Amino acid sequence: MRFRLTLAAASILFFTRDCLASQSTLDPQGPQAEHLARLFWIFTGVCTFVWVAVMIVLLAALIRRKAERPDPLQLEPATERRSAAVVGGAVVATLLTVVALTALSYLSQRQLFAREKPAVTIKVTGLQWWWDVRYETDSPDQTVTTANEIYVPVGEPVTVKLAANDVIHSFWVPSLFGKQDLIPGQENEIQFKASRPGVYRGQCAEFCGWQHAHMGLLVVALPSPLFQQWMKLQSAPAAPPQDPIRKKGAEIFESKACIMCHTVRGTSAGSRVGPDLTHFGSRQSIASATLPMSRGNIAAWVVDPQGIKPGVNMPNVSIAPEELDPLVSYLAGLQ
Amino acid sequence: MTVSDATARDDLRDTHLGDAELHARLTRTWRTGSGWIERLSSVDHKVVGRRYIITAFVFLCLGGLSAVAMRLQLARPEAKLLGPDLYNQLFTMHGTTMMFLFAVPVMEAFAVYLVPLMLGTRNIAFPRLNAFSYWVYLFGGIFLWASFMLKIGPDAGWFAYVPLSGPDYSPGKRVDVWAQMITFTEVSALAVAIEIIVTVFKQRAPGMTLDRIPLFVWSMLVMSFLIIFAMPAVMVASTMLILDRLVGTHFFNPAEGGDSLLWQHLFWFFGHPEVYIIFIPATGMVSSIIVAFARRPMFGQLPLVLSLIAVGFLSFGLWVHHMFTTGLPQLGASFFTASSMLIAVPNGIQIFCWLATLWDGRPVFKTPLLFVLGFFFIFVIGGLSGVMVASVPLDAQVHDTYFVVAHFHYVLIGGAVFPLIGAVYFWFPKITGRMMSERLGKWNFWLAFVGFNVAFFPMHILGVQGMPRRVYTYLPEMGWGPLNLLSSAGALILFISFVLLLINVITSLSRGRLAGDNPWDAGTLEWATTSPPAPYNFSRIPFVTHREPLWDNRERLPVVTGLSVDSREVVSGTLTEAYPELRESSPEPSIWPLLAAIAVAGTFLGSIFTPWAVVWGSIPVAITLTGWFWPKGTPEDEK
Repeated sequence: MRFRLTLAAASILFFTRDCLASQSTLDPQGPQAEHLARLFWIFTGVCTFVWVAVMIVLLAALIRRKAERPDPLQLEPATERRSAAVVGGAVVATLLTVVALTALSYLSQRQLFAREKPAVTIKVTGLQWWWDVRYETDSPDQTVTTANEIYVPVGEPVTVKLAANDVIHSFWVPSLFGKQDLIPGQENEIQFKASRPGVYRGQCAEFCGWQHAHMGLLVVALPSPLFQQWMKLQSAPAAPPQDPIRKKGAEIFESKACIMCHTVRGTSAGSRVGPDLTHFGSRQSIASATLPMSRGNIAAWVVDPQGIKPGVNMPNVSIAPEELDPLVSYLAGLQ
Repeated sequence: MTVSDATARDDLRDTHLGDAELHARLTRTWRTGSGWIERLSSVDHKVVGRRYIITAFVFLCLGGLSAVAMRLQLARPEAKLLGPDLYNQLFTMHGTTMMFLFAVPVMEAFAVYLVPLMLGTRNIAFPRLNAFSYWVYLFGGIFLWASFMLKIGPDAGWFAYVPLSGPDYSPGKRVDVWAQMITFTEVSALAVAIEIIVTVFKQRAPGMTLDRIPLFVWSMLVMSFLIIFAMPAVMVASTMLILDRLVGTHFFNPAEGGDSLLWQHLFWFFGHPEVYIIFIPATGMVSSIIVAFARRPMFGQLPLVLSLIAVGFLSFGLWVHHMFTTGLPQLGASFFTASSMLIAVPNGIQIFCWLATLWDGRPVFKTPLLFVLGFFFIFVIGGLSGVMVASVPLDAQVHDTYFVVAHFHYVLIGGAVFPLIGAVYFWFPKITGRMMSERLGKWNFWLAFVGFNVAFFPMHILGVQGMPRRVYTYLPEMGWGPLNLLSSAGALILFISFVLLLINVITSLSRGRLAGDNPWDAGTLEWATTSPPAPYNFSRIPFVTHREPLWDNRERLPVVTGLSVDSREVVSGTLTEAYPELRESSPEPSIWPLLAAIAVAGTFLGSIFTPWAVVWGSIPVAITLTGWFWPKGTPEDEK
């Protein structure tokens, strides 16, 4: 079953490879984002029209021929009256445009922020500089805790509750919905849907310190049955390592500083300071969507996190050369 | 001569004096001496204004260099030129410098220099306070940049959101430096605002009724009121931040019952009017330049003035549009959409009136007008993208992205810096007595115009493509590389245009053509006096008969007489009609404002290290203020 899921996920990844790096508001993948993209183009159209009109009038004012006027105070009352009429008309037109755009904005807002009964509720907590992700389920033994990746079922409303533990962050996956801040001391909430299976990238949008630039996250939309399977797999504790290399890796992991911060459910590592690593190897990326998941990147990250994300809270832990391979095998095998 | 002989020394009036003697005596009364102490004691609004302008442009240069450094870093993905530490300091320094040390002070600087000249008076109201405000501003700016040079530059952004800027996440002195720098510049800005309001209300030349006040002066008046109502909010906020950081209060700490959003409300209640504090004076510059170069009085003076005032009021009802993504109640947020869009109406009125003036004008395409035309092109884009970010749903996508960076640079560079550079070309002859080179000016304009648009237009696209603000780098796979490279190239062109401006200023200072009193044949009072103006501004106070007095009185400006020539006196008049009421004495030069500024600066600086500095610092502050206000036995003191 695990094989089938990975295969399906891999095929989705394959078809949406372009999306993997894209987080554009103009590449909407859900009804909310599509609405927002439409709204963007309407506003852009109106604004472009207004700007072109102003520029044409400006150009005409500059190049039109006028009789000499030696005394600048000698004004034509007729011209003044005509100007007053035109300016008055332009002001009325501005007011009407503004009222129309405000109404459009308000109606969109009501539609976009309307709530349905969610199929999934996810609590996302922002930390410097990663995302803690927990799925709210009815029974505690089905709790899913992960990091920096959110799996959602396609076509169903997903509610994301947003909180922060240190400073303010902002949750933003442009191809699904607009952003919402994660603020210490309050809980915000957004709801969105993904229309198609795929991987959509997001990024923290509120300046949060040194590694604000490398605080990405991925949203993986799966067809509902696959999503359910994923949930089931993720709620399980980590399978104990079987082969000797991974066993050695587990020993190294548990004897180093790693367990001071990380959890691997089913082992003695149970700290909540850093991301939960129980199913680390099944993720698409490491270091908050900064590096693609691969053995090489795991090794690079474990050896020198400060070189990849200067200032990150994960310290450089001294790892002997012969320890690296077992450790990486262990981590990569946390499927 | 008999008159002067018969009168007591301190009561000699200008009524019957010949031009030569009038000039000699007024110069002796009003001049700033050439010794060091005398220079540092100067209270002449032109001397202080010139210092203000030069200092503000030095900070523009520093802020611009930090922008160039950031653009070099962002030109390529994952560039290693600057690390996150330096980058965060640089963007904080850039924003802080441009907003607090350049944009607001430079507008005040032009007001300090030009408003008394345009109003036909001899000095600004409270000239010692004026000198004091300059020194405090200078010390605040030096303090900030010295900290940066010492590698303790603030790095939490010019907006310094808590909790990131709070004691837990910004240890060390960096944010304290930032918060205290705010105090410096706010003190100086509030002082200037008060001076300008009183000068405009009380010191207008006789005959300058409300409807004859130049639009430039109106804009500075509205700016001053905005400063008085907006700045206290940020002073409260920065003081609370310092208390949280240094004294252990918990205003912004949710764990102890504080509120992190409180900071944002206070900051933006100041921060949005701040934009108009910068933009409204620029509209005054635009109005002055358009009238002079379109060769006709402004179409719709009254609607323009009312629009300025309306913008001033409305600007206090917009702050929440910086907070649309913080999870505020939807209905409340949409109210701020409406108010944010509504401000397009008075701004539109201004644009339409300017266009109508140009339409019926006879435009003369000199450099100042070119910059104003560039202003139209750029600012209207910025205003319209402002309508976009005013919408709650649209803002949810573009907030805190490069779209917003593009938007506010279009508004601030297009809306304020272009008019400002136009203003430099326009008033340089008045301030220095020499013309700037037109040829270099045109190069300056075109490079600035092209460079600006190449640098900032692509940022709109980057923003909607998902690039957030305030990132020190980005991944190569994001595909933002080419547009960022283009933007960086544009930034370099823009930078070169400022180098040209500097070259033009420096060469024109010594080699520019002599300007004469009124090189542009403009209509307002500052052009009635010599270039550069004499220390006393006007040998006799003009009597104003028209909104454009120099166009109305081609032969000779009517004047009023009766002011003392041997002691500093200005005419004080009624608020609406400018009917002269009093001969008000104007303070003599004094070194005390400088000493008081040093004492205040020491107190502020010390308070970063210990709250007791406020207690001990109050002693030198009290001593210097006592010295400053010590009665000198002048006749006025005895009345």
